Amino acid sequence: MAVQDEQKVSFQIEGRSYQGIREESLLGALRRYGYEVPSLCYHEAVSPYGACRLCLVEVQKGKRRKLTTSCNYPVLEGIEVFLDTEKVVSTRKMVLQLLLAQAPEARSVRELAEEYGVTDTPFKKDEGNACISCGLCARVCKEIVGADAIGFAGRGLGKRMVSPYDETNQACIGCAACVVVCPTDCIGLKEENGIRSIERWHRDLPMKNCKVCERPFAPTFQLNHFADQIGVEKSHFDTCPNCR
Amino acid sequence: MTTPIKTAVELSACREKLQAERDPQRKVISICAGTGCRASGAIKLGDALRGALTEKGLDQQVQIRPTGCQGFCECGPLVVMHPDQTLYQKVKAEDATEIVEQGLGEGQVIDRLLYQDAEGKSYRKESEVPFYRHQKHLLLANNSKIDPTLIDDYLAVGGYGALAQVLAEMQPEQVCATIKAAGLRGRGGGGFPAGVKWETCRAAPSADGVRYIICNADEGDPGAFMDSALMEGNPHSVIEGMIIGAFAIAHPGQPIGYVYIRNEYPLAVERLRIAIDQARERGLLGKNILGSGMDFDIQINKGGGAFVCGESTALMASIEGFVGEPRAKHIHTVEAGLYDKPTNLNNVETWANVPLIINRGVEWYTDIGTGDVSDNPWGGSKGTKIFALVGKVNNTGLVEVPMGTSLRQIIYDIGGGINGGKKFKAVQTGGPSGGCLPESLLDLKVDFDQLTEAGSMMGSGGMIVMDESTCMVDVARYFIKFLAEESCGKCVTCREGLRQLSAIIDRICAGKGQEGDIELLEELSTVVMDGSLCALGQTAPNPLLSTLRYFREEYEEHIRDKKCRAAVCQGLITYSIVAENCNGCMICAKKCPEKAITGIKKEVHVLEQAKCIRCGICLDVCKFDAVLVE
Repeated sequence: MAVQDEQKVSFQIEGRSYQGIREESLLGALRRYGYEVPSLCYHEAVSPYGACRLCLVEVQKGKRRKLTTSCNYPVLEGIEVFLDTEKVVSTRKMVLQLLLAQAPEARSVRELAEEYGVTDTPFKKDEGNACISCGLCARVCKEIVGADAIGFAGRGLGKRMVSPYDETNQACIGCAACVVVCPTDCIGLKEENGIRSIERWHRDLPMKNCKVCERPFAPTFQLNHFADQIGVEKSHFDTCPNCR
Repeated sequence: MTTPIKTAVELSACREKLQAERDPQRKVISICAGTGCRASGAIKLGDALRGALTEKGLDQQVQIRPTGCQGFCECGPLVVMHPDQTLYQKVKAEDATEIVEQGLGEGQVIDRLLYQDAEGKSYRKESEVPFYRHQKHLLLANNSKIDPTLIDDYLAVGGYGALAQVLAEMQPEQVCATIKAAGLRGRGGGGFPAGVKWETCRAAPSADGVRYIICNADEGDPGAFMDSALMEGNPHSVIEGMIIGAFAIAHPGQPIGYVYIRNEYPLAVERLRIAIDQARERGLLGKNILGSGMDFDIQINKGGGAFVCGESTALMASIEGFVGEPRAKHIHTVEAGLYDKPTNLNNVETWANVPLIINRGVEWYTDIGTGDVSDNPWGGSKGTKIFALVGKVNNTGLVEVPMGTSLRQIIYDIGGGINGGKKFKAVQTGGPSGGCLPESLLDLKVDFDQLTEAGSMMGSGGMIVMDESTCMVDVARYFIKFLAEESCGKCVTCREGLRQLSAIIDRICAGKGQEGDIELLEELSTVVMDGSLCALGQTAPNPLLSTLRYFREEYEEHIRDKKCRAAVCQGLITYSIVAENCNGCMICAKKCPEKAITGIKKEVHVLEQAKCIRCGICLDVCKFDAVLVE
């Protein structure tokens, strides 16, 4: 898509000048220009949320310089962005220590922490947990899949990602986009005897067998949802992607 | 059916008629029917007074007026006899007959119901009582004069006069400039100059002219009830402020009003609903208000009890029907707020100040308070501030004082000092994310900037007084836990940061504190403040940091000496029986839930430490000072 001139803004990253698109995600822009900024809860396909606090940068706007997450910071005319300042790095390290305590089972957190020389946490661990409450699963489910089947329950200490009322999820189509997008691989998926189960959402769905290879390839519920969504006959999904 | 008031002239005529109908010498018994006095029996008292008047055949001559909160909650239920303003306190339904029989005649006073100070001196008039004498009631001034469910009462004291003046004589820009020149700063906690906010919101582009005018009535600080008292006692003052704001910010566009109020305030919701309905009936809300050409109405939106919904962007998300989570404010809400439209949000008390400023002028208003706002709206704190004075103070209640009044004046002159003859230790201002200030700062002049400088904040006006029996580590523990539970849970720094701060303080209070804990608390606090998105996280460590700043030795004692000087932290105290005082009454042994105390009648009891859970029941029930906690 062509960017109109009036939407272009000039700003600086580490002293170098760039042209960006007004109000686009600063993190998106940084990555496009090749800067490495860590994050777990950001995905360019969905709206930024600012939960994991790893994509911190310092932004100077007018006289004020402050620490902010770059994912939900809009590119604005004249801002100056500083990446790995002492403040950014020290804050990020402690954020990693907090994440290590919340989700000791999350491999991606451990690996990222190691990159920053953080190997342990001084904080009390929630043993066995891998979820970092970043909500990326729910954003994808709502904004991309259109099912809006999961969401946060509670707030503060009791906040957790659940199926509505933590019961069998009638809205979940079993597409497993949440499983794929989860940055810490904490949503399990099982396929057995022609049933796809996502235990976390209490959802078990029978799968359709491909007309050609006869192998189960996706939940019938999901295929019907997609057929309705894009407006094709349900028979469009009688064959699996490999045989189509 | 009431006739709508169509013009400013009709409003004046209406007011004059109401005033003419009212006999200033008529006997009126006003009963405080605010939440506090209701809890201590004001409704029953009102019924009893009505019954007693009917019995004496006086029900036509004497009027009973249930009012909003009059402030002196400690001594409720309160009754004020008009016109001579005799104040009776702690009045019970059983006192009704006596009041009617012996309190209505010329010069008649029932001495035993008057307020008495600690020295035994009685005070007859409300204005003489020290609690009231040292205050300056501007916002609360009409609370005892009007029945909040009757718009006529508000009109009779000049209500909606400021609105009429604004609509008839001023341009919207002039109104914004007036509020800015008055130096009115946001009473919800931020202290942002309201006039600057109004001007910015007015200047923000809106294709269809829609601008939202919101009143933040989500007062959620533990111990605070300033806003509820205003809404319950004088709801029209808030509504009038909002209509003036709508004109200043959005006219000739399309202003739309919301009051976001917590559902746990049923009385305030009810009073506000009645007030909005009556304002609408009189044409003060709705189409073409007072012939100005401005249409404006207000909807009530009830919140579900999340503290974080007091944060402006979370509040707006909640009105839109989404989960109350704050969003980043890189684009300000005055430009894109509710439904992405320019939105001006002010707190209840801020709105209530607006009619006052219009009525009495900038010069009068800027004479009250601190600093100089003549060329910088941040240059001082003007007007009065209402505080909810609670805790270990003799006179708990609602206090309205000029900005710049010292903590000492509020706590001692008005609050009557510390109760039980104990020693003052700290005062917590600014709600859960405020700070605790020590005795050395008692002469601090209370305004936005001085409180912030001292490591606390104005907040919305909670003021909790603590005495020597309060453990400052335990205070920090309470507030950090509160905020951890009330965090929306979006940012790792706030959710997990507060969880871990809470865990570390818990550990210290349980006697398991380690060397390095204080440093870890400080380091983590910085990350919580710098790394969180909204003001909840950015200020959450305040109670911890301010107690570390002023009461660090208590933390050190907890960690190093395993000692809690206030004998509060259960992991650090022991209970024991003082043999010389114990007369073997057996009450403690009977009440101990763990059967840790044994003994036979009239013999000294024994407390078995291994079984004791340090609940303190023995201490509470012993009448002979025979239980020692240390």
